[in-house]
Amino acid sequence: MSDGTSDGDADERQAHTVRLELVDEPGELLKALHPIAENGGNLLSVFHERGSLTPRGRIPVEVDLECTARQFRTVVESLRDAGVNVIQAGTEHYGEEVTVLLSGPLVSTDLSDTLSQIEACTSASVVDFSMTDEPGVDDVASARLRLAATEGSTDAALDCVRDVADEKELHVVEPLVEGSA
Amino acid sequence: MRLAVMGAGAVGRSVVELAGEYGHDVTAFADSTGAIVDANGIDADAAFAHKERVGSVGEDDPSAALGAEYDCLVEATPTTLGDAHPGFEHVEAALERGRHVVLANKGPVAERYDDVMALASSSAGDVRFEATVGGAIPVIATIEGMDPSHVTAARGVLNGTANFVLSRMAAEGLGYEHVLAEAQDLGVAEADPTFDVDGTDAALKCAILANVLHGGGYSLADVDVQGIADVPSSALDLAAEDGRTVRLIGEVTESGDVRVGPRLVTEHDTLAVTGTQNIVQLETTNAGRLNISGRGAGGPETASAVLADVGRLPER
Repeated sequence: MSDGTSDGDADERQAHTVRLELVDEPGELLKALHPIAENGGNLLSVFHERGSLTPRGRIPVEVDLECTARQFRTVVESLRDAGVNVIQAGTEHYGEEVTVLLSGPLVSTDLSDTLSQIEACTSASVVDFSMTDEPGVDDVASARLRLAATEGSTDAALDCVRDVADEKELHVVEPLVEGSA
Repeated sequence: MRLAVMGAGAVGRSVVELAGEYGHDVTAFADSTGAIVDANGIDADAAFAHKERVGSVGEDDPSAALGAEYDCLVEATPTTLGDAHPGFEHVEAALERGRHVVLANKGPVAERYDDVMALASSSAGDVRFEATVGGAIPVIATIEGMDPSHVTAARGVLNGTANFVLSRMAAEGLGYEHVLAEAQDLGVAEADPTFDVDGTDAALKCAILANVLHGGGYSLADVDVQGIADVPSSALDLAAEDGRTVRLIGEVTESGDVRVGPRLVTEHDTLAVTGTQNIVQLETTNAGRLNISGRGAGGPETASAVLADVGRLPER
């Protein structure tokens, strides 16, 4: 969808995509779009996925805009300055995806902290999340996470999931990565 | 060939029953408390009847079987961890007498592979152990046929009980305890299924595979093991929603890492076998990927692997 923020063509206007997540409150979308317009970005489309929620319970928004590479960097910085959570920006490709299962006391061990830790310690991003309670067992639930990782960093992402899960006594079912075996 | 069969569980019994079909004579047969020895071939029916009646296969001391006339010792006593006692001592006694050894017992080659190979190298006898990995499936013979230097990695489903439990849980949406109890009723799981569900059994098989692929040096302690008891049915539901399922998979990697644990695979993955089926996948340098599947347990099935090994031995 977007590409081309190399310094070589810093003055050429190109399409870029930013993925944001917004708190579900009035005015939040407008607050997020302001820095784009103010810094010379030309809005192409705004996809506001109001029906779905990110792992942190926020609303994912995908914005396509046109601007130069230099402007794009300023746009992203000013979005962050405005307190908008930028999940993905421009040329950062999340080329590899892995799915893992987590089970155990997901809720009582602070689920949102678990997900933030996973995203914080690697270059992986949680792109899909489903959770379900274990029937008849208190405080046990399972979750399926789809992680998008930058190329070559899948192993690091899985190491991180393992570490976070160990610390919280959660059980991980890792994918079989046949190429590595 | 004349066989001394140590161990009278399902595998030992089947070896005794089927030996004649493969052209061999059983000259000694022992369990933990008794033995029957006859240089002209034992009376198998009498031994089974004696076991039924008295609890042991014969009136002789078990050590009499070790000292009997035989060409190959079949070690089919229960797998033990650590020093692999008494299986290891049986192997040692046979090799020191220059006799061949065929193992169905995983202990000696999973826990003390280097010791067993050292004994074999100074003995006129050979050691074979096809039956220790994957039951009836010719895993070791396949690796040997390709030559271990051409097999870079191995992975697979190596425990039928764990696979039965996981595939039933996924298919029926039932909980772990429920399915395990059902497996015990069906005779798929033993009364004490600990080694099957905690991954130990699969880990022993992986240690053996690692020893074969990487020339020794591995024991259970070198395997990273995780069992299936902590996989809730809700996790299997979430996997199924995404076209995936969970299998207890053992892996020996090219770099020498060995691990066993529940892993996510796609529903139609070759490794996603159902029921008590086992499968082994080998990565080879010139032949790509090989998959061999079949029955990973059972008396006659495992005995067929033992007797195939006996057939591969050189004449003494």
